[in-house]
Amino acid sequence: MNANAPSSSSGGAGSPDVNAPRRNSKRPKYSRFTQQELPACKPILTPKWVISAFMLVTVVFIPIGLVSLFASRDVVEIVDRYDNACIPPGTKSQKVQHIQDARSNKTCVRSLTVTKRMKQPIYVYYQLDNYYQNHRRYVKSRSDQQLRNRGDENDTSSCDPENEANGMSIVPCGLIAWSLFNDTFSFSTRNNSQLNVNKREISWKSDRDEKFGSDVFPKNFQNGSLIGGGRLNESIPLSQQEDLIVWMRTAALPTFRKLYGKIEVDIEEGETINVVLENRYNTYSFSGKKKLVLSTTSWLGGKNNFIGIAYLSVGGLCFLLASTFTIIYLVKPRHLGDPTYLSWNRNPGGH
Amino acid sequence: MPTKKSSSTNSFKKKRSKVKWSNLYTFSCFRPPPQLNPSEFGQPGFTRVVFCNDSVKHKTKPYKYYGNNVTTTKYNVITFLPKSLFEQFRRVANLYFLLVAVLSVTSLAPFTPLSLIAPLVFVVGISMLKEGVEDWHRFVQDLEVNSRIVKVHIGNGVFVDRTWKLLRVGDVVKVNKNEYFPGDLLLLSSSYEDGVCYVETMNLDGETNLKIKRCLECTLGFDEDLKFDKFKGVVRCEDPNSSLYTFVGNLELNDDDEDQLDSSYPLSPSQFLLRDSKLQNTDYVYGVVIFTGSDTKVVRNSMKSPSKRSRIERKMDQVIYVLFFMLLLISLIASVGSVQYTDQDQTAKQWWYLELMKEKIDVSFDPNKPLASGFYQFLRALILYGYLIPISLYVSIEVVKFLQAMLINNDRHLFDEMSGKSVEARTSNLNEELGQVEMILTDKTGTLTCNQMEFRKCSIEGISYGGDANEIVRAASQRMNIDIESYRFNLDGDDSTPRDSVEMVEISSDQVNESRNRILDGEYDMKNVGGTGIKGFNFRDKRLMNKMWVHGSNVWDMMMFFRVMALCHTGIPVENEEQLGSHKLKYEAESPEEVTFLIAAQEFGFQFCRRTQSSVFVKEIDPSASEVEREYKLLNLLEFSSSRKRMSVIVRDEYGQIFLLCKGADNIIFDRLGDGGRTYQHATTMHLANYAEDGLRTMVFAYKKIEDFEYEEWNSSFSKAKATIGPERDELLENVSENIEKDLVLLGAVAVDDKLQDGVAECIDKLAQAGLKIWLLTGDKKETAVNIGFACSLLRHDMHLFHLSLSRDAESKNQIKAMKDDILNQIEASYQVITNEKTKDDPFAVVVDGKALEIALSNDIRDEFLQLAVNCASVICCRVSPKQKALITRLVKRYTGKMTLAIGDGANDVGMIQEADIGIGISGMEGMQAVMASDFSMPQFRFLERLLIVHGHWCYKRISKMILYFVYKNIVFGLTLFYYEIYSRFSGDVLYDGWYMVMFNLFLTSLPVISLGVLEQDVSSDVCLQFPALYQQGQKGIFFSWKRIIGWMGNGILTSLVISILNVYILSPSAFREGGQVVDIAHLGVITYTTIVWTVNCQIALIITHFTWIQHIFIWGSIFSWYIFLLFYGALPPAYSNREYKLLVEAVGPAPMCWIVVLLVVVISLLPYFIYMVIQRTFYPMDDHIIQEMKYGRKVVVDDEMWLREKQSSRKPTHIGFSARVDAKILYLKDQLHKKRMFIIKSITNSPIRRSITINTLENRD
Repeated sequence: MNANAPSSSSGGAGSPDVNAPRRNSKRPKYSRFTQQELPACKPILTPKWVISAFMLVTVVFIPIGLVSLFASRDVVEIVDRYDNACIPPGTKSQKVQHIQDARSNKTCVRSLTVTKRMKQPIYVYYQLDNYYQNHRRYVKSRSDQQLRNRGDENDTSSCDPENEANGMSIVPCGLIAWSLFNDTFSFSTRNNSQLNVNKREISWKSDRDEKFGSDVFPKNFQNGSLIGGGRLNESIPLSQQEDLIVWMRTAALPTFRKLYGKIEVDIEEGETINVVLENRYNTYSFSGKKKLVLSTTSWLGGKNNFIGIAYLSVGGLCFLLASTFTIIYLVKPRHLGDPTYLSWNRNPGGH
Repeated sequence: MPTKKSSSTNSFKKKRSKVKWSNLYTFSCFRPPPQLNPSEFGQPGFTRVVFCNDSVKHKTKPYKYYGNNVTTTKYNVITFLPKSLFEQFRRVANLYFLLVAVLSVTSLAPFTPLSLIAPLVFVVGISMLKEGVEDWHRFVQDLEVNSRIVKVHIGNGVFVDRTWKLLRVGDVVKVNKNEYFPGDLLLLSSSYEDGVCYVETMNLDGETNLKIKRCLECTLGFDEDLKFDKFKGVVRCEDPNSSLYTFVGNLELNDDDEDQLDSSYPLSPSQFLLRDSKLQNTDYVYGVVIFTGSDTKVVRNSMKSPSKRSRIERKMDQVIYVLFFMLLLISLIASVGSVQYTDQDQTAKQWWYLELMKEKIDVSFDPNKPLASGFYQFLRALILYGYLIPISLYVSIEVVKFLQAMLINNDRHLFDEMSGKSVEARTSNLNEELGQVEMILTDKTGTLTCNQMEFRKCSIEGISYGGDANEIVRAASQRMNIDIESYRFNLDGDDSTPRDSVEMVEISSDQVNESRNRILDGEYDMKNVGGTGIKGFNFRDKRLMNKMWVHGSNVWDMMMFFRVMALCHTGIPVENEEQLGSHKLKYEAESPEEVTFLIAAQEFGFQFCRRTQSSVFVKEIDPSASEVEREYKLLNLLEFSSSRKRMSVIVRDEYGQIFLLCKGADNIIFDRLGDGGRTYQHATTMHLANYAEDGLRTMVFAYKKIEDFEYEEWNSSFSKAKATIGPERDELLENVSENIEKDLVLLGAVAVDDKLQDGVAECIDKLAQAGLKIWLLTGDKKETAVNIGFACSLLRHDMHLFHLSLSRDAESKNQIKAMKDDILNQIEASYQVITNEKTKDDPFAVVVDGKALEIALSNDIRDEFLQLAVNCASVICCRVSPKQKALITRLVKRYTGKMTLAIGDGANDVGMIQEADIGIGISGMEGMQAVMASDFSMPQFRFLERLLIVHGHWCYKRISKMILYFVYKNIVFGLTLFYYEIYSRFSGDVLYDGWYMVMFNLFLTSLPVISLGVLEQDVSSDVCLQFPALYQQGQKGIFFSWKRIIGWMGNGILTSLVISILNVYILSPSAFREGGQVVDIAHLGVITYTTIVWTVNCQIALIITHFTWIQHIFIWGSIFSWYIFLLFYGALPPAYSNREYKLLVEAVGPAPMCWIVVLLVVVISLLPYFIYMVIQRTFYPMDDHIIQEMKYGRKVVVDDEMWLREKQSSRKPTHIGFSARVDAKILYLKDQLHKKRMFIIKSITNSPIRRSITINTLENRD
């Protein structure tokens, strides 16, 4: 019935042995990572942790809030809006006409009362409202290359629409430079002693040193058909034109301040400061406000009550939460790992 | 008549048309059209001509056919790029990214094109790489198959080894035992003289029994290598098709050495050996290759594997749509706003410093064409706010899933020592689906069982042998002890006096301990004695082993019993090489059960040693003599058939006595017992019930002594019946057989174990506790399926079992209609039962037969059927075809909407595996089809438990958390861009530097989220396994519900608002430094960005519950690297760093304001989520929270009992599974115990000293 069997059947029997040596090599190697057995901390949100977390926030935030508030309280800030006061009353178009008229008298005198002793340095800012320095068209319109290197003065491709005038490149080119703020302020005290405004080092050092070339001079600036803002002294290199450097640092928001200078004497409480200003800059066409700001600073910067209040409120809220949860845990405690909360115990059978 | 049939053909038609389409797709339509040869066999459809032993002719047209190279890969070197690119850009999100990337090259781009193109290239590249790698694996597997070796005739009677792929049509091959056929072959001859061979077709239809194939008589002579020198022939046959069971053709053979082809012989499927079936019990066969490669029936049957997407991913698409809508909305707002400001001449003139009226006009700000400008702004906004739709999400998900798959592949717990194989994630797309499976459809043979029979128990003369306490009882007693522990815990919690309870417990636990010890001893025994070392024989009983039975009382019946075993079969002995010395034989038979009977008989001393045409020789043990070889003349053999359910032989022994020996199903045999033969019926019935509950397959033995005259009389009618030709022959034969198979004498019963694979019962148990439903779909017959149902605890004795079955085949349409009504009635009746007496304690199960299923799945009644099935604890479908398996899977998936997982090992499971949401292939067996079609492969069923409950659970949580966090983080970032827009007159200015934007998703937030996706664990793996209930979190989908998605979006919006508003309010307009400087765009940008980096990274730290050093490094390292980046970026010359030159060093770093702003903003941003977290933890804790607390929260685990108790109660109440049965048993045992104790108490209440205790005990009990 079965003829020559042995030759073939031995082949079949031999096959499992072939696999034998392979076995161990295929076994996954042990490592804590691949076996997902890495030592791990498994933080569990216990009441203790909850309360400590909230308390920690309280303990950290309230002091910071207090310190900030104190710092902000020490800062003296005088804000004076002068755009409306420094122009003859009239309709908007009349105002615009006035400001655009080169011959009209733009000098204006303001007097500010110092309510609290201001320690030097007193920073002088001008503040513009509703002015979109962050508009994309505006922001783009500059040439850093040109500002930095004398050789690149024709590199004005990015400066649209203010890249050239009368067939020549403008230095500094672009909308930002073109619209340079040009109101000026001079200060004197009640007894007519001049308060010097130091306009040096009001810009970032890196700007002066490396972004605005010391050998780059304004050229062909404000020579076009339309005159935007201020003019520049063509004999001073850009690196020393700090008003321009400050202005070229475009503000992030439509309401912004820019540093005008520093007054490096203390001003006593009750002192009146007379400001003589040249109101040249046109904010009237878009109803922008202009303000003059005198401010001291603290370690935290200018006057800023918001951050202190925010810190205090968060700290207070966390304290409230901490106590609420403490009460909850005391009144209606849920033991850790209380099995009655498990789904199968809560609605048995329902799963 | 919209009957079942029509519907099924409809669906099949659909499938077929799909297949055709796929042919088109693979350009197989360009195959050379088959040459028609009108004079020959060739009608259209029957054009194939095969020149046997002359494959050279098939090298050229028109007889050039496909080679035997089989490819399952999706791509090849040339098509990879276009095809996979096409695949990639079918994703809507990718198309959007492509659009954005194209736009970014134009002047509209708010930032460098590189920052948009690079991520896209990365995403698409990674996905394509993954596709490529997966396809490569397929290619390697193909290569393995294609390079299998087969012996091929190369002329002059020489056979050489050749790889499969080189095989050509017309080759003569020699296939040895246990080898697969390399193509569809025409059988020429085999090692048997009569040219039969046995074939196992498990890969094709899942049936494990052997099928006999028979060669034509004319080719019988070619049974040696050398004879093939002269073999020549031509086969003309049908064209390649997918029908497995048909083959039409004829063979023309030149008889002598002449060149003439004289005779033509018709061929039938019984000469046809299909590729991927396996030669068994036959040493070798010779065959001619007819169909090769893609022409073979099995390959034509295979479907293109559909690409599956996980549910989470599909839901993620919807989330993306929501985000896209949000994107459109804010882009619209931005463009409308922009139009508003550019619109009128008036406005444009007002903003003189923008010089909008100047001739050289930017297209996006043209007051003359406001709408056009608005449109440009819209496009720009689409790009700018693209951060809402995180392209990097796709990258990260791909990376995470790849790593997850790697972890699955490398899990040592998923490694099978036996096969040396490990669980393998073949596609990593579906990892998280593993955590949401609700329904498992499993194959039986090879998946649950090892396809190996074992002789386990027998009942002879009403005495059961080989029986020890079954596992259920053993486990029940063990568990009782634990139960008592927890019971004690309960009592301690109460106010009852502890002393009493302890007393009470002592009484009961003593008893249990005793029984447990006994069982443990028994176990010990088993380990020593058990494992007889003989395959197929797992029986131990001293009374029967080692010939001890000869000392029994009724030796004659004993001997008859063993004789039935040794004689009533169709098997043949083969030599057992391993044990030549012990004279033990190995057997081969049509069914594995018969083999186990023969082995058992041999062990008992009745060795069947030889068979001739007319006699069977058995070496018997005689009670008196030691061993004699007896010859039994085989007079008749009444074959087994599924309708008869019995088999008999009529033999004449050496003394001339005639016996009818019969074995068969219990009810069949019991019906045919004579009055004198029912002595043991009662005892045997009881034993049978016990065996059946243990899941053993039982068979009853009976015999009958026949007088000579009686036999002669019967034999003549039998011969007459046999001689009848015509359709009534079978019926006649059956009737005649019926006449002799009566008045039998019952001998006893045997129980055979269809051996389950390791750990299957435990695995099913755990899966059931995790709330998974398990359906068993098998091609086996009902009895077997039900047995296995019991063995793996899918069925229980106390279950209400519904059988849906049909008695006959449908022939006419009327009959189909009638059957449908019949089935519908059955379904409705069953459903009535369920709805009427539905109580929690009543488990139901339904067993469906293949034919009934076909009707039940027809369009109009399948809802009823599925409703019934879904309401049953377990469902068993038997005799189902591969296509039905796929159909059931599809219907279940559609009807219930639940996540389905199909697991199987054979080619017959491929349809089901592809159809299910997740397909798992068992890789233990040799056939690879199931594995090739599967999404995951595993060597053993038991790994399913860990794969689903541990890895599935983890992956689901990881991916869900990861996506939610991703959405959050990108909303936070994207919206801050939008808010800034409002401050810049919708001009489209960007607050951040281009590089920040690139950095955000690429470096600063990517690694933490990947670590979340790969390493997060809510609880460790052992806790996952201990609390299967945790798995239900995935089934309910609570971690990626819309509530959560919206919640996280809300959190993102809130956080972005907090960040934007606080930064703006705090930092402007007053100075932020002591030096009086005010912030500009660069400062505000960098501070805002810093707060975002801090916030999103701290947020992920709040989400993560499992911190290894990796997470710590990634999270804190990300924040740190941001500062490092700033430092480096600021140190670059101004030409490169622009506004960011020396930003950190000069401006931001030294300002205390910047730092305290960051602290404030981060805390406020995280506060809402933290409060939510605290409230949820405190008042609405989820299961995983509690379990974490139980496990890690306390320093000392105060009460282990609680842990154990919750472990118990976390199990979903289930009616199936081992534990459920144990529970039922415990109830029963407790009842017994209670009765016993009552008895004891009664007896001791008489003693006054004990009275007080017992009264207390009684009270406690109640």
